[in-house]
Amino acid sequence: MDYNPIISCRNAIQLTLVPVTNKSREQLGKILSSYGADMGSLLPILEAVQRRFGYLPEEAMEEVARFLGIANSTVYSVATFYSHFRLAPIGKRIIRVCRGTACHVRGVAGILDELEKRLSIRPRETTADGEYTLETIACFGSCALAPVMVINDRVYGRLTTGKIGQILEGHRD
Amino acid sequence: MTFAEIYRKAKAEREALESGGRIRILVGTASCGRAAGADAVLKAISSELERQSIEATITRVGCIGLCYAEPLVAITNPGRPGAFYGGVTPEIVPELIESHIVNDKPYADLALGTTGSGGITGIPRLFDMPMLKPQVRIALRNCGLIDPEDINHYIAGDGYGGLAKAFSMTPEEVIAKIKRSGLRGRGGAGFPTGLKWELCRKALGKTKYLICNADEGDPGAFMDRLLLESDPHTVLEGMLIGAYAIGANEGYIYIRIEYPLAIERLELALEQMTEYGLLGEDILGSGFSFDIKIKRGAGAFVCGEETALMASIEGKRGLPRPRPPFPAQAGLWGRPTNINNVETLANVPPILQRGAGWFAGYGTEKSKGTKTFALAGKIERTGLVEVPMGTTLQEIIYDIGGGIPGGKRFRAVQTGGPSGGCLPASLLDLPVDYESLTQAGSIMGSGGMVVMDEDTCMVDIARYFLSFTRSESCGKCVPCRLGTKQMLDILEDITGGKGKPGDVELLSDLARSIKVGSLCGLGQTAPNPVLTTLRYFRDEYEEHISEHRCRAAACKELITYSIIDEKCPGCGLCVRECPVDAITFKGKKKPVIIDETKCTRCGACYDICRLDAVKIE
Repeated sequence: MDYNPIISCRNAIQLTLVPVTNKSREQLGKILSSYGADMGSLLPILEAVQRRFGYLPEEAMEEVARFLGIANSTVYSVATFYSHFRLAPIGKRIIRVCRGTACHVRGVAGILDELEKRLSIRPRETTADGEYTLETIACFGSCALAPVMVINDRVYGRLTTGKIGQILEGHRD
Repeated sequence: MTFAEIYRKAKAEREALESGGRIRILVGTASCGRAAGADAVLKAISSELERQSIEATITRVGCIGLCYAEPLVAITNPGRPGAFYGGVTPEIVPELIESHIVNDKPYADLALGTTGSGGITGIPRLFDMPMLKPQVRIALRNCGLIDPEDINHYIAGDGYGGLAKAFSMTPEEVIAKIKRSGLRGRGGAGFPTGLKWELCRKALGKTKYLICNADEGDPGAFMDRLLLESDPHTVLEGMLIGAYAIGANEGYIYIRIEYPLAIERLELALEQMTEYGLLGEDILGSGFSFDIKIKRGAGAFVCGEETALMASIEGKRGLPRPRPPFPAQAGLWGRPTNINNVETLANVPPILQRGAGWFAGYGTEKSKGTKTFALAGKIERTGLVEVPMGTTLQEIIYDIGGGIPGGKRFRAVQTGGPSGGCLPASLLDLPVDYESLTQAGSIMGSGGMVVMDEDTCMVDIARYFLSFTRSESCGKCVPCRLGTKQMLDILEDITGGKGKPGDVELLSDLARSIKVGSLCGLGQTAPNPVLTTLRYFRDEYEEHISEHRCRAAACKELITYSIIDEKCPGCGLCVRECPVDAITFKGKKKPVIIDETKCTRCGACYDICRLDAVKIE
């Protein structure tokens, strides 16, 4: 949320190397082979890479640049422009909190506070045990059920601070 | 199969479904329904039907817009009027089925309204409900009534008839018809659609593109999501008609990645269109060819701006560029490009079928037709509605939306998202159309309408929107990149109790500079939330600055929580609710105590207390 691609380079220090295995190389090759090698494919490719690995490993971005015949810096600049892309691995469960207007008016700030307190992390961070990543999203468009958060693919609406503990509990294995 | 054969088949299927002697059950399964638990309800219905050996056709429909009442289920016994039920839970399903299906007795407790001929005593007709009665549903005509994943449902309701009609006309005649209808862009700016098409048609170049802008980025708006999840084909048919009119053979839908269900349903819809020959080469034997690709956005608000959107499709950072050249001359990959919003396109097929005059019969002199609005915030009936242009805010918020819940007072309504503004109670009689809203300092925008009550601080709302635009500014123009940051800093000072005399004037100055110094709509409109709150709620700014007081008790730094001893019975509810253990239990029948040093002012105790014993100052 507090990330501005131009005036902040927070992501720069978060670049993460993924242990390169033959398997991950193979998976990446498979992704690339299903796209045309033109600039228009860049966003769909990055999206597919993130879907597969959970984030964009540096190695993968370099491979994408080679595939498209563009500079590494071009891939990096696009990847850091769009808030959907992450440059660091995420936890097993990703909690995305809606920061839309309706959610704001209905008190989502308190929900976020509660999550930050319980998980001891801030948005765009992952818990030390690798269980949870916390993110905020501009708006899910489920405004009628505000305030809303999504854990992995499950949507929780009409939240109150009191419900948070129970919801997190229900997501532990 | 020819289209006539497809149409006959779809129609016959629908008639068989409606009069075929089978019990019909509709379940709303758009994202909002799912979030409210529609999947669990669906499962409960299936297992209950199986348990009782009842045969029924279950249709997963989209959303009718009554989001406050989700999950929604409609049941119709053969030859009898049907009933829509709201707030259905898996636990209540057996009782509901027992009552409505087995005993043929509608379950009055949950019934919202009836459908079909003949009524049911004690239950109003669905479309006579206060939320639906004033509506005129053109774009939303099928939403919540048909299966969005079955193209036959759309075709049976005369779907793709508008396209057939367009093919019987020349492209120029189609454009003239859209011009006569007075349809204007529903994405917010209100540019006449027919004129836009004409400019692109006349542009030189063999390859042209048509893009559907489904990058619904305004927080608090969900019109496009709901439309695409509930009736994707009306948008796709609109795209086909538009492409035929301008002479484009390739189309894109640029849709935000936060809408996975809409994307899924669009992909399915495109497959079914291709199967029926409604996409690809020589569509319906007209000689016209068209293909549609889905492009997913990646979470950048600025990409709703047309030049940024095109940059994003080209695989670049979504940065806007100066116009001219306009997209109609040099757009995507330098070719003539026409970009229309989802709702604009959804209106096109009915205009082709029912006529320009019919459409222009709704609305005001300059704003024709209808507009959808997403009602959210502090309003009784949240949901999506479609009303004729010129309907007043009062009618939308009170008659349709049911007013403010909990006996609270209306403070403001926010229209147009981060580009719009907050309008006060004195403007409730304002007719909603492009010109009136602009004159009031807000904008129509895409149709988000967030209602705020006395607990909402208008300075905090301005701060909220500036924090949004600041983080979403692409950074290209200095006034927008740095100006929004400066405005946000000042607003944070004010809401944090550190406001200084002169801050308000400085805000107005900055607002003007950002407006004139920014290239695209994001920067040009970013100051609007501040300007309108300054215009209508200036006293609240003054109170924050000179008295360190927030009348809505929303700005944390300016408030304290305490217990009204006489009202507190020491029940301990708030003690358990407090997330930071700031409240101490002093024994039964003794008032509790809040430790101000520990209190984070989250409001949990205030919300849970049933006796109003928590005081905020």
